[in-house]
Amino acid sequence: MRYLPTLVLCLAAAPAMANRVFVTNEKSNDVTVLDSDTQEVIGTYPVGNRPRGITISPDGTKLYVCASDDDLVRVFDPETMEELYTLPSGPDPELFVLHPSGNPLYIANEDDNLVTVIDTQTRKVLAEIPVGVEPEGMGVSPDGRVVINTSETTNMAHFIDTESFQIFANVLVDSRPRFAEYNRDGTKLYVSAEIGGTVSVIDPSTQQIIDKIGFEIPGVLPEAIQPVGVRVTDDGSRVFVALGPANRVAVIDGKSDEVRDYLLVGQRVWQMAFTPDQKYLFTTNGNSNDVSIIDVAREKVVKSIPVGQQPWGVVIAPGPH
Amino acid sequence: MIRAITGFLVAVVLLATPVWAQRAADPMLIRAAVLRVDAQTLRPISRLELPTADLGFAGARLAIEDNDTTGRFMGQDFEAQEVATGPDGANAALDSLIGAGIAFIVVLADDQTTLALADRAGDRATILNARARGDALRGADCRANIIHVAPSHAMIADALAQFLMWKNWPRWFLVEGSHPADTDLADAYRRAASKFGAKIVETRVYEDTGGARRTDSGHVQVQKQMPVFTQRAPAYDVMIAADDSDVFAPYLPYQTWDPRPVAGSVGLVPRTWHPAMEAWGASQFQNRFEELAGRPMREVDYQTWLALRMIGEAATRTGSADPAVLRDFLLSDRFEVAGFKGQKLTIRDWDQQLRQPILLTTGDLMASVSPQGQYLHQVSQLDTLGIDRPETECSF
Repeated sequence: MRYLPTLVLCLAAAPAMANRVFVTNEKSNDVTVLDSDTQEVIGTYPVGNRPRGITISPDGTKLYVCASDDDLVRVFDPETMEELYTLPSGPDPELFVLHPSGNPLYIANEDDNLVTVIDTQTRKVLAEIPVGVEPEGMGVSPDGRVVINTSETTNMAHFIDTESFQIFANVLVDSRPRFAEYNRDGTKLYVSAEIGGTVSVIDPSTQQIIDKIGFEIPGVLPEAIQPVGVRVTDDGSRVFVALGPANRVAVIDGKSDEVRDYLLVGQRVWQMAFTPDQKYLFTTNGNSNDVSIIDVAREKVVKSIPVGQQPWGVVIAPGPH
Repeated sequence: MIRAITGFLVAVVLLATPVWAQRAADPMLIRAAVLRVDAQTLRPISRLELPTADLGFAGARLAIEDNDTTGRFMGQDFEAQEVATGPDGANAALDSLIGAGIAFIVVLADDQTTLALADRAGDRATILNARARGDALRGADCRANIIHVAPSHAMIADALAQFLMWKNWPRWFLVEGSHPADTDLADAYRRAASKFGAKIVETRVYEDTGGARRTDSGHVQVQKQMPVFTQRAPAYDVMIAADDSDVFAPYLPYQTWDPRPVAGSVGLVPRTWHPAMEAWGASQFQNRFEELAGRPMREVDYQTWLALRMIGEAATRTGSADPAVLRDFLLSDRFEVAGFKGQKLTIRDWDQQLRQPILLTTGDLMASVSPQGQYLHQVSQLDTLGIDRPETECSF
């Protein structure tokens, strides 16, 4: 068995950096840690009840986990997986986003129609912002000046000024918006709509929908195509969209907004994360209890790895371990 | 038609424009009502099914909260008046609501009452039927001013039939009640059997002779009567109970002569909602309801919530409070609404029935959801449930 990691290294062609990959398992209440280089499981660690959203500080020293059923955010040392402290999140935190500077943390409270803003240093609540019904998706502009929240039953993307904590625009999108993601230069905002089956492309400067991406997969019922997680390559050339129970990730041209391909992954694909070198994209597959690894350059699924029960979120450490 | 086009243009303009948080000082008001007509009936066989004073209304309150939260960003305010009445007071209640200028009325009543109220309302109001399930109400007796949010008997029968065929349980023993609504439901199972290739090997009618329900010795009688009633049937896979009137079905499980599962009105039950359902983001929805009502959500609550959410969705998408604009949008092919069923719900134009997946539930859990994957359809898989366009007897 010793030849296996070597084989993977050879396949990866150039020596890749080894980063830790953290996957929240919603039903088994733990995080599976993988090595992005060997693509093997390092360990599984308990993290509280119903872990969903997960993110990591820009310096890689703090791992934040939404423990939805504990009504708080738990903070871990990513190396040891020891719990450091907790943050008050408000009820039922589902997804959150860190300011690019690492502070503050913006949390969607799905049960309470609020976005809670937490200072990650003082661990105090800075603001509670009333939004639409069932807030879920959270995105932040690359310059850190705007936070986006999507509300699943109100069907809007709310634009929040990070200075004043005020909503300054609301854009109506299709049914059950789940995720909001900017491209790196901040010229496009992608908002997925799970039930609407679309991704709205929004011009952040005018807050207008400039394009709407639909999906069609031969042999897959239209009802099964439910866009959730969205990730954009750093150069903005390609957008990956997780299509839920369609069990596929769509690859979209970042310029033309046209779908290039559909990649077959595990069942009910939910969230995704790039390795820092952007060679690989990890996807969580909630119903097959595994993650799929996509080779970004080749646009091919290269491996699937079993993790815990109902994997939900994924984040990858910015530096090597 | 011109009105429909205008509605469409308004919606397009709105979609293309960001919706600003700061709106005109006076929000536009979108008004609706929930009219519940409580018939005089016996208490249900199980006390777990006892009606509550807020039945349906609790769903309405949640819908108005949800609509208002969205309305804050749209400059829209929603209200739903709640009226509960006996059958004798239904007409007067309807007149009074229409007289107060309310143009959308969610009706929670039986088939006959729903039809009578719709005819009385005429073109003065749109009725959203959130309770009555009869197929005639969507067929020969259909009315252009009714939108059916509740599923039809044909839809729930087809939902169960698809699952039983997937199980390879095609031999059915049908037990039907003796009231007209039971016959309507049994007819739906007969139709479902021929539609999906099942065979009804035996049919028996359980006569409602009054009887001692829920008495001290009731279970003794049940334990003796039900095996006798169900004995000497030809070989069958599953018993189907068609008991819309709640007379006998809950007595059947474990009391059949042959050891067979029971489905339909008891056992594996096709329904629109179940308080244990937590798929498709429903956990948060269940939590919100239970916090507000202090009890689990029932089907009538869900259907009432959905009816008012449909109005809310139409108001959000059109940016209008004009009943004619909202109604045209609801009946246009642009309308879709999310209802915690994992896919968008739309309205059939041939009988104005809301398309929806049907949950198949056991006592404590959702066991499956129909349509089952193997039943395909050229338009929408949801149209494998209920009366499809070529079969409809409805003409407006």
